[in-house]
Amino acid sequence: MIRVENIIKTFGKQEVLKGISFLFEAGKTNLIIGKSGSGKTVLLKILIGLLHPDSGSVWYEDKNLTTSTKDELRQIRLQCGMLFQGNALFDSMTIEENIRFPMDMFSHKTAKEKLHRVNDCLERVSLAGINHKYPSEISGGMQKRVGIARAIVLNPKFLFCDEPNSGLDPKTSITIDNLISSITKENNITTIINTHDMNSVMEIGENICLLDNGHLAWKGQKEMVLSDQSEVLHDFIFASPFLQKLVESAK
Amino acid sequence: MNLQIFTHFGKFILWQKQIFKRPENWSMYYKETLRQMYDIGIGSFPIVFLISIFIGAVTAVQFAYQMAGTLIPRYYIGYIVRDMTIIELAPTITCLVLAGKVGSNMAAELGGMRQKEHIDAMEIMGVNTSTYLILPKLIGSLVMIPVLVCAAAIIGIAGAYLASVPTGFFMDDEFITGLRSFFVPYNVVMMFVKAFVFAYILTSVASYQGYFVRGGSIELGAASTRAVVYSNILILLADYVIALLLTV
Ligand SMILES: Nc1ncnc2c1ncn2[C@@H]1O[C@H](COP(=O)(O)OP(=O)(O)OP(=O)(O)O)[C@@H](O)[C@H]1O
Ligand SMILES: [Mg+2]
Repeated sequence: MIRVENIIKTFGKQEVLKGISFLFEAGKTNLIIGKSGSGKTVLLKILIGLLHPDSGSVWYEDKNLTTSTKDELRQIRLQCGMLFQGNALFDSMTIEENIRFPMDMFSHKTAKEKLHRVNDCLERVSLAGINHKYPSEISGGMQKRVGIARAIVLNPKFLFCDEPNSGLDPKTSITIDNLISSITKENNITTIINTHDMNSVMEIGENICLLDNGHLAWKGQKEMVLSDQSEVLHDFIFASPFLQKLVESAK
Repeated sequence: MNLQIFTHFGKFILWQKQIFKRPENWSMYYKETLRQMYDIGIGSFPIVFLISIFIGAVTAVQFAYQMAGTLIPRYYIGYIVRDMTIIELAPTITCLVLAGKVGSNMAAELGGMRQKEHIDAMEIMGVNTSTYLILPKLIGSLVMIPVLVCAAAIIGIAGAYLASVPTGFFMDDEFITGLRSFFVPYNVVMMFVKAFVFAYILTSVASYQGYFVRGGSIELGAASTRAVVYSNILILLADYVIALLLTV
């Protein structure tokens, strides 16, 4: 469980987040949605401590991230995994070395146990057998999945995904969404996903927070999306003329 | 702009504290340190060899030219070449060249990692990136650069010998006598002090430039250039200060 309270963040004169409070629940896929440039990535980076908010606080269960020292922050981060918008796979290392890296750094397993865990994770994301390829030798969707494998290798309690399905076809997107969702359920992880993909919202939106113009414009679950009357939400969800027509005809 | 120099200087000094933290995992640091030592030591040896052999040779030839028609004893050639190489040429020229080779490489490597979010990714795993990425480089430099400087001094003297004896500028025993005259072991200490200080300067300045890079490929290029320029300036400055402190 992660709780943010009244987060304010400005860059120069631009006020990006104007007081966001929200509760990200454990064992659920929590979604941060919003238009491009609405501050999703900034909020996610504040959640994980890569950016410092101007005011407000971030709570990991009972620990306050914003006031923690560098060493405390590292302790919290040992329980975190993150999938970056641009993957951030180490490109001079093979896939196996990438996934093994967190274990090499922090666990005292033997080489054999590590290899076993790497293969488990690769299997979990349906990529068994690509151990010795380099990130540049696999497709974008595969890179995303390797990113997920690396994020879950140490069994994190908190998983952050920045646009896990940007630039992917709808089918692969759904595979990745389902993958993240089932990993969340299996290990009771607090998963936070940034997305502007409508399919994801309707598929795995168990706890949604809509950002608009720096404010928290709407919160709820996927079941409430269609029935809710919020104008901002409708603007965002039914932005495409095709969907608008579909809704019209359904009515 | 002018004030920014002070901001960077302060940030640089404060950052040094972050580098010397307890490693998360000794074996990873050990592996990375060995890699750096290999890259810095073996990787730079050819260029150091080439430069020092020529510098030794040129020193000998030009000294012969300056000595012609003076009353300076001819065996002074060995003495002058030896001390000049040990005290000044080997540490300073080697480190200036290494700032270009090793320093720009470090800045580009770290800057690339910063821009591709690799550093952020490691931070989120809980890695202390200032330590993990810089400390092995620093240790690698502090071990290998003095070795390279020492090699440069020997090779420089050999270069001087090759340029002066087989070519007939000097006799073999003149050169050797000079080489063995007035030897002050303290000069070798001075050489190592310089080598350590310069190694620290070039590694930390280059790492700082790379680690905190912002923006895109143009900024990365600029950071790599700054790494070389600033470490060169600081090395020359330190050279002067060390000379004052250790000789006067
Ligand atoms: N480091 C920064 N410096 C200055 N401004 C920034 C910085 N990072 C983000 N911003 C600004 O904050 C706003 C929100 O950016 P952010 O990256 O969070 O958008 P986003 O919601 O993730 O968009 P997208 O869906 O396109 O990824 C943007 O207007 C951007 O200009
Ligand atoms: Mg974003």
